[in-house]
Amino acid sequence: METKVKAKLVDAAGFSRTITRIAHEIIERNRGTERLGLVGMQTRGVYIAKRVAAKIREIENMDVPVGVLDATLYRDDYRTSLRQPSVQQTDIPFDLYDMNVVLVDDVLYTGRTVRAALEAIMDNGRPKRVQLAVMVDRGHRELPIKPDFIGKNVPTSINEEVQVHMTEVDDEDAIYLVEVDK
Amino acid sequence: MSLLSQKHMLGLSDYSAEEIQTILDTSLQMRDILDRPVKKVPTLRGVTVVNLFLENSTRTRTSFELAEKRLSADTLNFSASGSALSKGETMLDTALNIEAMKVDVVIMRHKSPGSPHFLARHLESIIINAGDGRHEHPTQALLDMMTLRDKYGSLKGLRVALVGDILHSRVAMSNIIGLKKMGAEVIICGPATLIPRGIERMGVEITNHLDEAIQRADALNILRIQLERQTAGLFPSLREYHKYFGVTRARLDKASSPLTILHPGPMNRGIEITSDVADSEHSVILQQVTNGVAVRMAVLYLLAGGRAEPSA
Repeated sequence: METKVKAKLVDAAGFSRTITRIAHEIIERNRGTERLGLVGMQTRGVYIAKRVAAKIREIENMDVPVGVLDATLYRDDYRTSLRQPSVQQTDIPFDLYDMNVVLVDDVLYTGRTVRAALEAIMDNGRPKRVQLAVMVDRGHRELPIKPDFIGKNVPTSINEEVQVHMTEVDDEDAIYLVEVDK
Repeated sequence: MSLLSQKHMLGLSDYSAEEIQTILDTSLQMRDILDRPVKKVPTLRGVTVVNLFLENSTRTRTSFELAEKRLSADTLNFSASGSALSKGETMLDTALNIEAMKVDVVIMRHKSPGSPHFLARHLESIIINAGDGRHEHPTQALLDMMTLRDKYGSLKGLRVALVGDILHSRVAMSNIIGLKKMGAEVIICGPATLIPRGIERMGVEITNHLDEAIQRADALNILRIQLERQTAGLFPSLREYHKYFGVTRARLDKASSPLTILHPGPMNRGIEITSDVADSEHSVILQQVTNGVAVRMAVLYLLAGGRAEPSA
C-alpha cells in the first residue's frame, strides 16, 4: 500500500487556532466547565484532549479532567480486519456519573469507532451527556453519528486518507490529505 | 496479522519472549475491566467456548469461565463425571461431538500429558491447555509471571525459587519455561525424590535445602504437596516434609530482604506453607487469583478475538 501526500491542509499555527476555537466552543456550549470532562481516544485523540484541556485552563483558569479511552474491545470489525489491534490503556480518572463528557478523536470517518467508544463509556458509568469533538470530519459515515465540535470539514474520496500529525508523537503539528493506492 | 503467531496455547514452550510480553501487557488492560462498574466487554460476542475439564478442577475452570463471560463469549462446561466418557466413549469422540455443535475454542484439562496436542491435531477449534498431567499449565505460569512483574516491574534478572514437588508439577514446568524465556533465574528446591532427573538441562539451579533457596531468591513459588505422594513413598511423612520444606515465618526471617510469596493453590496450610506466611504482607496469593482471570481474558482475546475469517 503506497501513500502520497496530496496537500497540507493545516499547519502548526492553524492547528493551534483550531484547538483554541474548539476549547471556546466547548466552554460556550456547556456554559462553563462545571461537571465537564474530556475523554480522548487512543492515540491522537488523547493528545488533542490534553491540548484542549490546557487551553480551557488558560481561558477559564479551571482544570478539566481528561480520561483516556481505548475502544478496541468494543469494535465490530475484529473479525473482518486482517490486523489484530493491540489493546491500549483505558483510564478515566473521574466518575462519569452525571458528567458532561466530551469525547475527543482526531479523524471522524465511518463513525464505527465512535459507536464503540460510546458503548465503552456507558460501561464505565452513566454520564449526563456525551458530546463529540473531532479535529477533522472527512465524511463517509456508515452510522448516524454527528460531531458537536469540528476542527475542519474535509470532503474526501474513499482513496484518500486524512492524517493528523502532532508533536507528541510526530515531528510537527499538521493535518495532511494523503492519497492511498490500494 | 495476529499479534501471536500461534493458533493454540498448548504450552509456553511454543511461545516466544515477545509473545509472552504481548500477553502480559494485554492482561494489564484486561484487569482494568475487572475494576469497572460493568465488568464485561462485548469482544467475544458470538464465540462459543467449551471448558472440557476431564480432571477435577474448580478454581482453574471457574477462572476460565469468568474470563469467557467477561468477554461475552458463550460458555459450556463439560466434565468427565456424568458424561458419556464414563459410559466408555473415547476422548476424541467426545471432543468431535462437542465440536460438531459448532464451538470455536476448547479449554482442556486432562491427566495425560500431550492430550491437548492430540486434540489440536484432530479438531478445527482453538485449543487452550488448562493443564495436561505433569507437562504444562501455561496460563498458571503466565499469571505467576504477571504477578511478579506487577511487583518488580520486570522479570529480567529476577530470582524465583520453585519449592516442593517439581516432579509432578505442570505449574513448575511452565514456570521454568516461561521465566527462563523472560530472562529470570530459576532455582528448584525440593526433596531429591521429587526433583526430576535431568532438570538442570533446563538451565535451573537445584538445591535440596530450603534455607539456601530462601537466601538466593527474590520470590518463592510454593507448590502444593499432593497428599497422595506420601503413600507412594516419595517422602516419609507430612510432618517430615513440613520440617524440611515447609515455608515458615522463622525461616523467611533469616533472609536479608523480604521474599514475595506465591502459591498456585489450593494451599495445605501447615504443610508446605504456614498461615503466618500465607497471610503476610509479602504474600501475593490473592493477587494471583485476580490476575488469573485477567491473563485468561488476554489469551482468549489474542487467540480467538482477532482472527480474520477465511471468507472475509
